[in-house]
Amino acid sequence: MAELTEELSRVKAEEPAVPSADVRVYPNPEPPHDPREGTPTVIVDDLHIIYRVYGAATDAEKGNAANALMRLLKRQGRPQMKEIHAVRGVSFVARHGDAIGIVGRNGSGKSTLLRAIAGLLPPHSGAVYTDGQPSLLGVNAALMRELTGERNIVLGCYAMGMNPTQVQEKFDDIVDFSGIGEFVQFPMSTYSSGMGARLRFAIASAKKHDVLIIDEALATGDREFKRKSQERIKQMREEAGTVFLVAHNLDVIEETCNRVIWLHKGKIKMDGDPKTVIAAYNKA
Amino acid sequence: MSQPESATADAQAGGPSDGTPTTGQEPLAKLAERYGLRRAIARPSLPVYLRQLWERRHFVMTYATSRNVSKYSNSALGQLWQVLTPLLNAAIYWLMFGLILGASKDIENYPAFLITGMFVFTYTQRAVSGGAKSISGNLSMIRALHFPRAALPLAYTIQEFQQLLISMGVLFALVLVTGEPLTWFWLLVPVALVLQTMFNVGASLVLARVGATARDLNQLLPFIMRTWLYASGVFFAIGDKVVNSAGLPQWVADVMYFNPAAAYIELMRNLLIESHSTRPYIWSVCVFWAVFALIGGFWYFWRAEEKYGRG
Repeated sequence: MAELTEELSRVKAEEPAVPSADVRVYPNPEPPHDPREGTPTVIVDDLHIIYRVYGAATDAEKGNAANALMRLLKRQGRPQMKEIHAVRGVSFVARHGDAIGIVGRNGSGKSTLLRAIAGLLPPHSGAVYTDGQPSLLGVNAALMRELTGERNIVLGCYAMGMNPTQVQEKFDDIVDFSGIGEFVQFPMSTYSSGMGARLRFAIASAKKHDVLIIDEALATGDREFKRKSQERIKQMREEAGTVFLVAHNLDVIEETCNRVIWLHKGKIKMDGDPKTVIAAYNKA
Repeated sequence: MSQPESATADAQAGGPSDGTPTTGQEPLAKLAERYGLRRAIARPSLPVYLRQLWERRHFVMTYATSRNVSKYSNSALGQLWQVLTPLLNAAIYWLMFGLILGASKDIENYPAFLITGMFVFTYTQRAVSGGAKSISGNLSMIRALHFPRAALPLAYTIQEFQQLLISMGVLFALVLVTGEPLTWFWLLVPVALVLQTMFNVGASLVLARVGATARDLNQLLPFIMRTWLYASGVFFAIGDKVVNSAGLPQWVADVMYFNPAAAYIELMRNLLIESHSTRPYIWSVCVFWAVFALIGGFWYFWRAEEKYGRG
């Protein structure tokens, strides 16, 4: 915390000509002149994300002729498109060695912000600058419930960008870590929810990342697996340069992060030392 | 202890809303430049993009196979449907057009003529419809994982290609059953399929981009596909119908043969059915569409690479 105020005061001292900018571009627009401090790995610059949401128009609707005609008739003069301004002007700088927790209520834009940092959601305005390729820890979307665990492990590994040798190397590791045993030969639709979650986590955490983004509810399953997965996350955190973590479990954030950003309605409400921010967040 | 910090934090919370955007942006963009950070979303150049796509070939193949496996995994007959579906389709159309409507009078070996047309058209139709849904139907994956987005329409086309290989076996068997002789021309079938596949990849890339933003495309597609089906001469011989029956000039038929689906159908019939003769320029039309669609499709799809996934 002393470090933080020191940084802030330096900003003010260095930029006397632009009084309003120093507050905006917190934590520090200038690189630290001290080489011991981390270099920036992720810079988020006045980021705005706008989602377009369609009311009744879902992709699940099967396209036969009668349906399509009805929709065309019904839609006349009644556009069902809605825009949701999920992230409204967020700016911050993350440095090498940072583990940044992101807290906020449901719908405050946490996941959206992380996806934008990962380069998966195009910004409406503003920009995200990164060193290397930030990766989201999560592979669920590529897996298919009807397929066996074995096939899903291979598919998931390829989806994360591994090559065949890496897949072969990791395969047994993944099966062991997930602890699902012979169920790996059965379709994932037959798994209990805990088994499914374990396998998904095991696949997702099999790859190393420079900038790692972890979205909440990863450490699921029984107590034993929770311990194992938290250990795995810790290990990944050490290997990665910068980590972003979203979790509703504030203890986890306080334990693992050295900085916390509090998002509220798409804006940064507070940014700083975990204890302080979490205390303020709990009060709100 | 937390007194000064909360004060600054509170000031920040108010900061972004009333700060002037232009002056505020400068330092961060410059800072990023100084440390050599790059924009998280930036479209790679076309050669780099193609290389990235090549690196993901294992994903494309595995994804296509997985979709094929999972597609029929809930039905009792399982993978047998890959053969049954084209067979049933051919039977129904043959019943309708061959026996009831009697379109077959002027065409020798109408069953082979019809089934060949049906199978060739179905390949293009399914690849293109699949491509149109490949981006809009996989938003969750696009929002969670990094890969060149062209991998998705490509995987959908490859999935259809894998099914086609099975349908082709069925087609060969049926054509032989109808009494066609096995000729040297059959050796050219793979070439025809490669050309058609090139066209399908290109067309599905184009429709994938269109379908990613134009949500109603999926609803309109059945109409478009049906129109295309009727215009492509699956049930009738275009030259015969247009020139002989309707009395229109020859160039109308030539224009209709320029339709890629019609051209690929004619090409396949030409190879498989001995009595079938077609216009001499069919090969060049097929090659033109294959090259044009593939190059144009990749270029068009790549131009919007960074925009996929926005909703």
